[in-house]
Amino acid sequence: MRIVETELIKKAVKEAVKTANTRLPVDVLTSLEKARDNETVPHARQVLDILLQNAHQAQTENMPLCQDTGLVTVHVQLGQEVALTGGSLYEAINQGIGEGYTEGYFRASMVKDPFERVNTGDNTPAVVHLEMIAGDKVIITVFPKGAGSENMGRTIMLKPADGWEGARRFVVDTVRIANANPCPPIIVGVGVGGNLEKACLLAKKALLRPIDQPHPDRRIAAREAQLLQDINKLGIGPQGMGGDTTALAVTMEVYPTHIASLPVAVSLNCHSARRAVVTV
Amino acid sequence: MAHVLRAPLNGNALQQLHAGDEVLVQGTVYAARDAAHQKMIAALEAGQPLPFDIEGQIIYYVGPCPAPPGRIIGSAGPTTSSRMDVYTPALLQRGLKAMIGKGDRSQEVKEAMKKHGAVYLAAVGGAGVYLAHRITAVETIAYPELGPEALLKMEFQDFPCIVAIDMRGQSVYQASDE
Ligand code: SF4
Repeated sequence: MRIVETELIKKAVKEAVKTANTRLPVDVLTSLEKARDNETVPHARQVLDILLQNAHQAQTENMPLCQDTGLVTVHVQLGQEVALTGGSLYEAINQGIGEGYTEGYFRASMVKDPFERVNTGDNTPAVVHLEMIAGDKVIITVFPKGAGSENMGRTIMLKPADGWEGARRFVVDTVRIANANPCPPIIVGVGVGGNLEKACLLAKKALLRPIDQPHPDRRIAAREAQLLQDINKLGIGPQGMGGDTTALAVTMEVYPTHIASLPVAVSLNCHSARRAVVTV
Repeated sequence: MAHVLRAPLNGNALQQLHAGDEVLVQGTVYAARDAAHQKMIAALEAGQPLPFDIEGQIIYYVGPCPAPPGRIIGSAGPTTSSRMDVYTPALLQRGLKAMIGKGDRSQEVKEAMKKHGAVYLAAVGGAGVYLAHRITAVETIAYPELGPEALLKMEFQDFPCIVAIDMRGQSVYQASDE
Protein backbone atom coordinates (compact mmCIF):
# COMPACT_ATOMS: atom_id res chain seq x y z
CA MET A 1 0.00 0.00 0.00
CA ARG A 2 1.30 3.46 -0.89
CA ILE A 3 -0.07 6.43 0.98
CA VAL A 4 -0.66 9.51 -1.18
CA GLU A 5 -1.70 12.88 0.28
CA THR A 6 -4.44 14.50 -1.77
CA GLU A 7 -2.41 17.74 -1.43
CA LEU A 8 -0.01 16.17 -3.95
CA ILE A 9 -2.89 15.59 -6.35
CA LYS A 10 -3.96 19.22 -5.98
CA LYS A 11 -0.46 20.44 -6.81
CA ALA A 12 -0.20 18.09 -9.78
CA VAL A 13 -3.53 19.25 -11.20
CA LYS A 14 -2.58 22.90 -10.71
CA GLU A 15 0.69 22.53 -12.62
CA ALA A 16 -0.97 20.40 -15.29
CA VAL A 17 -3.67 22.95 -16.10
CA LYS A 18 -1.04 25.68 -16.35
CA THR A 19 1.04 23.61 -18.75
CA ALA A 20 -1.92 22.42 -20.80
CA ASN A 21 -3.29 25.91 -21.36
CA THR A 22 -0.03 27.50 -22.46
CA ARG A 23 1.82 24.72 -24.31
CA LEU A 24 0.45 22.86 -27.27
CA PRO A 25 1.37 19.15 -27.13
CA VAL A 26 4.36 18.35 -29.40
CA ASP A 27 2.37 15.90 -31.53
CA VAL A 28 -0.24 18.60 -32.29
CA LEU A 29 2.41 21.22 -33.01
CA THR A 30 4.25 18.87 -35.39
CA SER A 31 1.01 18.00 -37.14
CA LEU A 32 0.12 21.69 -37.59
CA GLU A 33 3.55 22.36 -39.07
CA LYS A 34 3.15 19.47 -41.48
CA ALA A 35 -0.31 20.69 -42.45
CA ARG A 36 1.03 24.19 -43.11
CA ASP A 37 3.82 22.82 -45.29
CA ASN A 38 1.42 20.63 -47.30
CA GLU A 39 -1.52 23.02 -47.58
CA THR A 40 -2.07 24.12 -51.19
CA VAL A 41 -4.61 26.91 -50.59
CA PRO A 42 -2.70 30.15 -49.84
CA HIS A 43 -5.25 31.62 -47.44
CA ALA A 44 -5.42 28.34 -45.53
CA ARG A 45 -1.64 28.29 -45.23
CA GLN A 46 -1.75 31.78 -43.82
CA VAL A 47 -4.26 30.73 -41.14
CA LEU A 48 -2.10 27.74 -40.17
CA ASP A 49 0.88 30.03 -39.98
CA ILE A 50 -0.95 32.35 -37.59
CA LEU A 51 -1.90 29.36 -35.43
CA LEU A 52 1.74 28.29 -35.22
CA GLN A 53 2.79 31.84 -34.35
CA ASN A 54 0.08 31.89 -31.69
CA ALA A 55 1.36 28.64 -30.17
CA HIS A 56 4.88 30.07 -30.12
CA GLN A 57 3.71 33.30 -28.47
CA ALA A 58 1.66 31.38 -25.89
CA GLN A 59 4.70 29.38 -24.87
CA THR A 60 7.22 32.22 -24.77
CA GLU A 61 4.84 34.72 -23.13
CA ASN A 62 3.23 32.16 -20.84
CA MET A 63 -0.22 33.14 -22.08
CA PRO A 64 -3.19 30.82 -22.66
CA LEU A 65 -3.28 29.49 -26.24
CA CYS A 66 -6.94 30.39 -26.50
CA GLN A 67 -9.15 32.67 -24.41
CA ASP A 68 -11.60 29.81 -24.02
CA THR A 69 -9.60 27.94 -21.43
CA GLY A 70 -12.46 25.50 -21.34
CA LEU A 71 -14.25 23.16 -19.06
CA VAL A 72 -11.61 20.88 -17.57
CA THR A 73 -12.12 17.14 -17.77
CA VAL A 74 -9.80 15.26 -15.46
CA HIS A 75 -9.15 11.58 -16.04
CA VAL A 76 -7.73 9.95 -12.95
CA GLN A 77 -6.20 6.51 -13.23
CA LEU A 78 -5.87 5.42 -9.65
CA GLY A 79 -3.53 2.57 -8.81
CA GLN A 80 -5.39 0.05 -6.66
CA GLU A 81 -2.46 -0.11 -4.26
CA VAL A 82 -2.79 3.59 -3.47
CA ALA A 83 -4.48 4.82 -0.32
CA LEU A 84 -5.47 8.49 -0.54
CA THR A 85 -5.35 10.54 2.66
CA GLY A 86 -5.83 14.15 3.69
CA GLY A 87 -9.19 14.97 2.17
CA SER A 88 -11.43 14.33 -0.77
CA LEU A 89 -9.93 13.55 -4.14
CA TYR A 90 -12.59 15.61 -5.90
CA GLU A 91 -11.97 18.62 -3.67
CA ALA A 92 -8.23 18.36 -4.30
CA ILE A 93 -8.80 18.30 -8.05
CA ASN A 94 -11.10 21.32 -7.95
CA GLN A 95 -8.73 23.24 -5.70
CA GLY A 96 -5.92 22.53 -8.13
CA ILE A 97 -8.00 23.85 -11.00
CA GLY A 98 -9.19 26.92 -9.07
CA GLU A 99 -5.67 27.88 -8.06
CA GLY A 100 -4.15 27.06 -11.43
CA TYR A 101 -6.73 29.11 -13.32
CA THR A 102 -6.46 32.08 -10.96
CA GLU A 103 -2.66 32.10 -10.94
CA GLY A 104 -2.47 31.53 -14.68
CA TYR A 105 -4.89 34.39 -15.48
CA PHE A 106 -7.07 31.93 -17.36
CA ARG A 107 -10.69 32.69 -18.06
CA ALA A 108 -13.33 31.35 -15.69
CA SER A 109 -15.88 29.78 -18.00
CA MET A 110 -18.09 27.69 -15.70
CA VAL A 111 -21.58 28.68 -14.58
CA LYS A 112 -23.07 27.06 -11.49
CA ASP A 113 -26.55 26.23 -12.67
CA PRO A 114 -27.26 25.58 -16.37
CA PHE A 115 -30.37 27.77 -16.20
CA GLU A 116 -29.41 30.46 -13.67
CA ARG A 117 -25.97 30.78 -15.31
CA VAL A 118 -23.94 32.53 -12.59
CA ASN A 119 -20.18 32.20 -13.08
CA THR A 120 -18.44 30.14 -10.38
CA GLY A 121 -15.45 32.48 -10.62
CA ASP A 122 -12.56 30.01 -10.72
CA ASN A 123 -13.50 27.62 -13.53
CA THR A 124 -14.52 24.84 -11.14
CA PRO A 125 -15.89 22.26 -10.93
CA ALA A 126 -14.16 19.82 -13.23
CA VAL A 127 -15.77 16.80 -14.82
CA VAL A 128 -13.87 13.90 -13.25
CA HIS A 129 -13.61 10.36 -14.56
CA LEU A 130 -12.09 7.83 -12.20
CA GLU A 131 -10.59 4.56 -13.35
CA MET A 132 -8.83 1.92 -11.25
CA ILE A 133 -5.58 0.55 -12.61
CA ALA A 134 -3.00 -1.93 -11.34
CA GLY A 135 -0.03 -0.64 -9.34
CA ASP A 136 0.68 2.18 -6.91
CA LYS A 137 0.70 5.23 -9.19
CA VAL A 138 -1.88 7.91 -9.85
CA ILE A 139 -1.91 9.06 -13.48
CA ILE A 140 -3.79 12.29 -14.02
CA THR A 141 -4.72 13.65 -17.43
CA VAL A 142 -6.17 17.14 -17.59
CA PHE A 143 -8.12 18.03 -20.69
CA PRO A 144 -9.34 21.65 -20.90
CA LYS A 145 -11.69 21.92 -23.86
CA GLY A 146 -13.49 24.95 -25.24
CA ALA A 147 -17.18 25.09 -26.03
CA GLY A 148 -16.76 25.98 -29.71
CA SER A 149 -15.70 22.43 -30.44
CA GLU A 150 -17.52 20.74 -27.55
CA ASN A 151 -20.90 22.07 -28.67
CA MET A 152 -20.52 20.35 -32.04
CA GLY A 153 -20.21 16.78 -30.68
CA ARG A 154 -22.97 14.28 -31.55
CA THR A 155 -24.11 10.80 -30.54
CA ILE A 156 -26.36 8.32 -32.32
CA MET A 157 -27.69 4.86 -31.56
CA LEU A 158 -27.41 3.20 -34.96
CA LYS A 159 -28.88 -0.16 -35.92
CA PRO A 160 -26.43 -3.03 -36.30
CA ALA A 161 -27.52 -3.20 -39.96
CA ASP A 162 -26.13 0.33 -40.47
CA GLY A 163 -22.66 -1.09 -39.86
CA TRP A 164 -19.41 0.67 -40.64
CA GLU A 165 -20.95 2.60 -43.54
CA GLY A 166 -23.58 4.08 -41.22
CA ALA A 167 -20.98 5.01 -38.63
CA ARG A 168 -18.74 6.51 -41.28
CA ARG A 169 -21.55 8.66 -42.68
CA PHE A 170 -22.45 9.88 -39.18
CA VAL A 171 -18.87 10.91 -38.40
CA VAL A 172 -18.40 12.77 -41.69
CA ASP A 173 -21.83 14.47 -41.36
CA THR A 174 -20.93 15.62 -37.87
CA VAL A 175 -17.85 17.37 -39.24
CA ARG A 176 -19.82 18.83 -42.14
CA ILE A 177 -22.51 20.24 -39.84
CA ALA A 178 -19.88 21.61 -37.43
CA ASN A 179 -18.32 23.45 -40.38
CA ALA A 180 -16.24 26.42 -39.13
CA ASN A 181 -17.56 26.41 -35.54
CA PRO A 182 -15.05 24.06 -33.87
CA CYS A 183 -12.06 26.04 -35.22
CA PRO A 184 -10.72 23.69 -37.87
CA PRO A 185 -8.26 22.10 -38.35
CA ILE A 186 -9.89 19.78 -35.87
CA ILE A 187 -9.13 16.44 -34.27
CA VAL A 188 -12.01 13.99 -34.48
CA GLY A 189 -12.53 11.58 -31.58
CA VAL A 190 -14.81 8.65 -32.34
CA GLY A 191 -16.24 6.19 -29.81
CA VAL A 192 -18.06 3.10 -31.03
CA GLY A 193 -19.75 0.39 -28.97
CA GLY A 194 -20.75 -0.12 -25.36
CA ASN A 195 -23.92 1.84 -24.59
CA LEU A 196 -24.89 5.50 -24.78
CA GLU A 197 -22.52 6.84 -22.11
CA LYS A 198 -19.71 4.43 -22.91
CA ALA A 199 -19.61 5.56 -26.54
CA CYS A 200 -19.34 9.21 -25.42
CA LEU A 201 -16.58 8.39 -22.98
CA LEU A 202 -14.71 6.43 -25.65
CA ALA A 203 -14.89 9.39 -28.04
CA LYS A 204 -13.39 11.61 -25.34
CA LYS A 205 -10.75 9.04 -24.48
CA ALA A 206 -9.82 8.82 -28.12
CA LEU A 207 -9.02 12.54 -27.99
CA LEU A 208 -6.48 11.94 -25.24
CA ARG A 209 -4.31 9.77 -27.50
CA PRO A 210 -1.36 11.62 -29.11
CA ILE A 211 -2.33 12.12 -32.74
CA ASP A 212 0.88 10.68 -34.14
CA GLN A 213 -0.12 7.29 -32.72
CA PRO A 214 -2.60 5.32 -34.82
CA HIS A 215 -4.74 2.76 -32.99
CA PRO A 216 -2.67 -0.36 -32.17
CA ASP A 217 -5.31 -2.58 -33.81
CA ARG A 218 -4.53 -2.38 -37.55
CA ARG A 219 -8.20 -2.67 -38.60
CA ILE A 220 -9.19 0.26 -36.41
CA ALA A 221 -6.17 2.26 -37.56
CA ALA A 222 -7.30 1.67 -41.16
CA ARG A 223 -10.77 3.01 -40.34
CA GLU A 224 -9.21 6.07 -38.72
CA ALA A 225 -7.18 6.71 -41.86
CA GLN A 226 -10.23 6.26 -44.06
CA LEU A 227 -12.28 8.72 -41.99
CA LEU A 228 -9.48 11.27 -42.09
CA GLN A 229 -9.40 11.04 -45.87
CA ASP A 230 -13.20 11.41 -46.15
CA ILE A 231 -13.19 14.40 -43.82
CA ASN A 232 -10.39 16.23 -45.57
CA LYS A 233 -12.21 15.73 -48.88
CA LEU A 234 -14.97 17.98 -47.49
CA GLY A 235 -12.70 20.96 -48.16
CA ILE A 236 -13.93 22.93 -45.13
CA GLY A 237 -10.33 23.94 -44.43
CA PRO A 238 -8.75 25.99 -41.65
CA GLN A 239 -11.37 28.30 -40.08
CA GLY A 240 -13.92 26.94 -42.55
CA MET A 241 -12.71 29.11 -45.41
CA GLY A 242 -11.64 26.29 -47.70
CA GLY A 243 -8.46 24.23 -47.88
CA ASP A 244 -6.94 20.77 -47.71
CA THR A 245 -6.68 20.69 -43.93
CA THR A 246 -10.04 20.18 -42.23
CA ALA A 247 -8.83 17.61 -39.70
CA LEU A 248 -5.35 16.83 -38.42
CA ALA A 249 -6.31 13.36 -37.22
CA VAL A 250 -9.11 10.94 -36.44
CA THR A 251 -8.70 8.79 -33.35
CA MET A 252 -11.16 6.01 -32.59
CA GLU A 253 -11.79 3.71 -29.65
CA VAL A 254 -14.15 0.73 -29.64
CA TYR A 255 -15.77 -1.51 -26.99
CA PRO A 256 -17.98 -4.60 -27.08
CA THR A 257 -21.66 -3.77 -27.47
CA HIS A 258 -25.13 -5.35 -27.23
CA ILE A 259 -26.36 -7.62 -30.04
CA ALA A 260 -29.02 -5.00 -30.87
CA SER A 261 -26.89 -1.86 -30.55
CA LEU A 262 -24.38 0.19 -32.50
CA PRO A 263 -23.73 3.35 -30.47
CA VAL A 264 -21.52 5.94 -32.16
CA ALA A 265 -20.27 9.14 -30.53
CA VAL A 266 -18.18 11.87 -32.10
CA SER A 267 -16.33 14.48 -30.08
CA LEU A 268 -14.58 17.23 -32.00
CA ASN A 269 -11.52 18.96 -30.66
CA CYS A 270 -10.16 22.19 -32.05
CA HIS A 271 -6.57 22.79 -33.16
CA SER A 272 -6.01 24.18 -29.67
CA ALA A 273 -5.94 20.56 -28.50
CA ARG A 274 -4.76 21.01 -24.95
CA ARG A 275 -3.90 18.17 -22.62
CA ALA A 276 -1.29 17.36 -20.01
CA VAL A 277 -0.46 14.15 -18.17
CA VAL A 278 1.15 13.95 -14.73
CA THR A 279 2.02 10.93 -12.66
CA VAL A 280 1.92 11.12 -8.90
CA MET B 1 -3.86 44.69 -50.09
CA ALA B 2 -5.97 44.69 -46.97
CA HIS B 3 -8.83 47.18 -46.61
CA VAL B 4 -8.72 49.38 -43.54
CA LEU B 5 -11.92 49.65 -41.50
CA ARG B 6 -12.48 52.19 -38.79
CA ALA B 7 -15.75 52.87 -36.95
CA PRO B 8 -18.07 54.72 -37.32
CA LEU B 9 -18.71 52.89 -40.57
CA ASN B 10 -20.99 53.90 -43.38
CA GLY B 11 -22.54 52.03 -46.27
CA ASN B 12 -20.07 53.41 -48.83
CA ALA B 13 -17.01 51.98 -47.10
CA LEU B 14 -18.72 48.61 -46.65
CA GLN B 15 -19.85 48.50 -50.28
CA GLN B 16 -16.20 48.00 -51.29
CA LEU B 17 -15.86 44.81 -49.29
CA HIS B 18 -16.32 41.38 -50.82
CA ALA B 19 -16.39 37.98 -49.14
CA GLY B 20 -12.81 36.72 -48.87
CA ASP B 21 -11.20 40.18 -48.71
CA GLU B 22 -8.61 40.90 -46.07
CA VAL B 23 -9.39 43.67 -43.63
CA LEU B 24 -7.43 45.43 -40.90
CA VAL B 25 -9.70 46.86 -38.25
CA GLN B 26 -8.49 50.04 -36.53
CA GLY B 27 -9.85 52.07 -33.65
CA THR B 28 -12.87 51.53 -31.45
CA VAL B 29 -14.68 48.20 -31.23
CA TYR B 30 -17.21 47.01 -28.62
CA ALA B 31 -16.74 43.52 -27.18
CA ALA B 32 -19.81 41.53 -26.21
CA ARG B 33 -20.84 37.88 -26.09
CA ASP B 34 -23.93 35.90 -25.03
CA ALA B 35 -24.79 37.43 -21.66
CA ALA B 36 -24.07 41.04 -22.68
CA HIS B 37 -26.21 40.57 -25.80
CA GLN B 38 -29.04 39.24 -23.70
CA LYS B 39 -28.86 42.32 -21.48
CA MET B 40 -28.70 44.73 -24.43
CA ILE B 41 -31.77 43.14 -26.01
CA ALA B 42 -33.59 43.24 -22.67
CA ALA B 43 -32.75 46.98 -22.46
CA LEU B 44 -34.14 47.59 -25.94
CA GLU B 45 -37.30 45.66 -25.16
CA ALA B 46 -37.77 47.73 -22.02
CA GLY B 47 -37.41 50.88 -24.10
CA GLN B 48 -34.08 51.78 -22.49
CA PRO B 49 -31.00 53.04 -24.36
CA LEU B 50 -28.03 50.76 -25.08
CA PRO B 51 -24.87 51.37 -23.02
CA PHE B 52 -23.23 52.88 -26.13
CA ASP B 53 -24.33 54.55 -29.34
CA ILE B 54 -24.42 51.60 -31.73
CA GLU B 55 -24.86 53.59 -34.96
CA GLY B 56 -22.05 52.66 -37.37
CA GLN B 57 -20.24 50.57 -34.76
CA ILE B 58 -18.44 47.22 -34.72
CA ILE B 59 -19.09 44.44 -32.18
CA TYR B 60 -16.43 41.81 -31.48
CA TYR B 61 -17.70 38.51 -30.06
CA VAL B 62 -15.10 37.80 -27.40
CA GLY B 63 -14.76 36.91 -23.74
CA PRO B 64 -11.09 37.59 -23.02
CA CYS B 65 -8.89 36.03 -20.37
CA PRO B 66 -8.00 38.31 -17.43
CA ALA B 67 -4.99 40.57 -18.02
CA PRO B 68 -1.80 39.24 -16.44
CA PRO B 69 0.44 41.81 -14.70
CA GLY B 70 2.02 44.18 -17.19
CA ARG B 71 -0.56 43.61 -19.92
CA ILE B 72 -3.85 45.26 -20.71
CA ILE B 73 -5.68 42.09 -21.73
CA GLY B 74 -5.26 38.32 -21.72
CA SER B 75 -5.83 36.07 -24.73
CA ALA B 76 -8.69 37.44 -26.78
CA GLY B 77 -9.72 35.49 -29.86
CA PRO B 78 -13.23 35.33 -31.35
CA THR B 79 -16.01 33.10 -30.06
CA THR B 80 -18.62 31.22 -32.13
CA SER B 81 -20.88 33.86 -33.69
CA SER B 82 -23.95 31.68 -34.27
CA ARG B 83 -24.81 31.86 -30.57
CA MET B 84 -25.44 35.58 -31.07
CA ASP B 85 -27.67 35.04 -34.14
CA VAL B 86 -30.93 35.44 -32.20
CA TYR B 87 -29.88 38.86 -30.90
CA THR B 88 -28.18 40.28 -33.98
CA PRO B 89 -31.06 41.43 -36.25
CA ALA B 90 -32.36 43.81 -33.55
CA LEU B 91 -28.89 45.39 -33.24
CA LEU B 92 -28.48 45.66 -37.01
CA GLN B 93 -31.80 47.45 -37.12
CA ARG B 94 -30.37 50.01 -34.67
CA GLY B 95 -27.36 50.73 -36.84
CA LEU B 96 -24.73 48.09 -35.99
CA LYS B 97 -22.56 47.87 -39.10
CA ALA B 98 -20.06 45.07 -38.51
CA MET B 99 -19.57 42.00 -36.35
CA ILE B 100 -16.34 40.11 -35.76
CA GLY B 101 -16.44 36.45 -34.74
CA LYS B 102 -15.90 32.96 -36.05
CA GLY B 103 -18.14 30.55 -37.97
CA ASP B 104 -21.19 30.97 -40.19
CA ARG B 105 -24.34 33.03 -39.43
CA SER B 106 -28.03 32.16 -39.72
CA GLN B 107 -30.18 33.01 -42.72
CA GLU B 108 -32.04 35.59 -40.60
CA VAL B 109 -28.79 37.39 -39.80
CA LYS B 110 -27.71 37.33 -43.45
CA GLU B 111 -31.04 38.82 -44.51
CA ALA B 112 -30.83 41.53 -41.84
CA MET B 113 -27.24 42.30 -42.92
CA LYS B 114 -28.40 42.77 -46.52
CA LYS B 115 -31.33 44.89 -45.45
CA HIS B 116 -29.32 47.20 -43.20
CA GLY B 117 -26.03 47.12 -45.11
CA ALA B 118 -23.67 45.41 -42.67
CA VAL B 119 -20.71 43.02 -42.92
CA TYR B 120 -19.57 40.04 -40.91
CA LEU B 121 -15.85 39.60 -40.39
CA ALA B 122 -14.04 36.46 -39.26
CA ALA B 123 -10.94 36.56 -37.08
CA VAL B 124 -8.76 33.48 -36.61
CA GLY B 125 -10.40 31.35 -33.91
CA GLY B 126 -7.96 30.06 -31.34
CA ALA B 127 -5.31 32.68 -32.07
CA GLY B 128 -5.94 34.31 -28.68
CA VAL B 129 -2.42 35.54 -27.92
CA TYR B 130 -1.71 36.66 -31.48
CA LEU B 131 -4.89 38.74 -31.56
CA ALA B 132 -4.42 40.17 -28.04
CA HIS B 133 -1.27 41.83 -29.39
CA ARG B 134 -3.48 43.89 -31.72
CA ILE B 135 -5.61 45.30 -28.90
CA THR B 136 -4.14 48.50 -27.46
CA ALA B 137 -6.76 49.62 -24.92
CA VAL B 138 -9.63 48.02 -22.98
CA GLU B 139 -12.29 49.55 -20.77
CA THR B 140 -15.36 47.98 -19.14
CA ILE B 141 -18.36 50.12 -20.05
CA ALA B 142 -21.29 48.03 -18.78
CA TYR B 143 -22.34 44.85 -16.98
CA PRO B 144 -19.14 44.36 -14.91
CA GLU B 145 -21.06 41.75 -12.90
CA LEU B 146 -20.82 39.42 -15.90
CA GLY B 147 -17.07 38.96 -15.36
CA PRO B 148 -15.53 37.65 -18.61
CA GLU B 149 -18.83 38.44 -20.36
CA ALA B 150 -18.91 42.17 -19.49
CA LEU B 151 -19.40 44.76 -22.22
CA LEU B 152 -16.01 46.24 -23.14
CA LYS B 153 -14.77 49.06 -25.29
CA MET B 154 -11.52 48.21 -27.06
CA GLU B 155 -9.04 49.96 -29.30
CA PHE B 156 -7.65 47.89 -32.18
CA GLN B 157 -4.47 48.34 -34.10
CA ASP B 158 -4.13 46.34 -37.33
CA PHE B 159 -6.56 43.68 -36.15
CA PRO B 160 -6.63 41.14 -39.02
CA CYS B 161 -9.94 39.77 -40.30
CA ILE B 162 -11.42 38.25 -43.41
CA VAL B 163 -14.75 39.42 -44.82
CA ALA B 164 -16.75 36.25 -44.19
CA ILE B 165 -20.14 37.55 -45.32
CA ASP B 166 -20.46 40.77 -47.27
CA MET B 167 -23.34 43.26 -47.67
CA ARG B 168 -24.66 41.30 -50.63
CA GLY B 169 -24.87 38.09 -48.61
CA GLN B 170 -21.89 36.46 -50.35
CA SER B 171 -20.10 34.09 -47.97
CA VAL B 172 -16.77 32.30 -47.65
CA TYR B 173 -18.41 29.33 -45.93
CA GLN B 174 -19.78 26.26 -47.63
CA ALA B 175 -23.37 25.30 -46.85
CA SER B 176 -23.34 22.81 -43.98
CA ASP B 177 -26.67 21.16 -44.95
CA GLU B 178 -28.36 21.69 -41.62
S1 SF4 C 1 -12.96 25.96 -30.53
FE1 SF4 C 1 -10.96 25.77 -29.50
S2 SF4 C 1 -9.59 27.17 -30.54
FE2 SF4 C 1 -11.68 27.72 -31.11
S3 SF4 C 1 -12.23 29.33 -29.67
FE3 SF4 C 1 -12.98 27.40 -28.81
S4 SF4 C 1 -11.31 26.64 -27.51
FE4 SF4 C 1 -10.47 28.25 -28.79
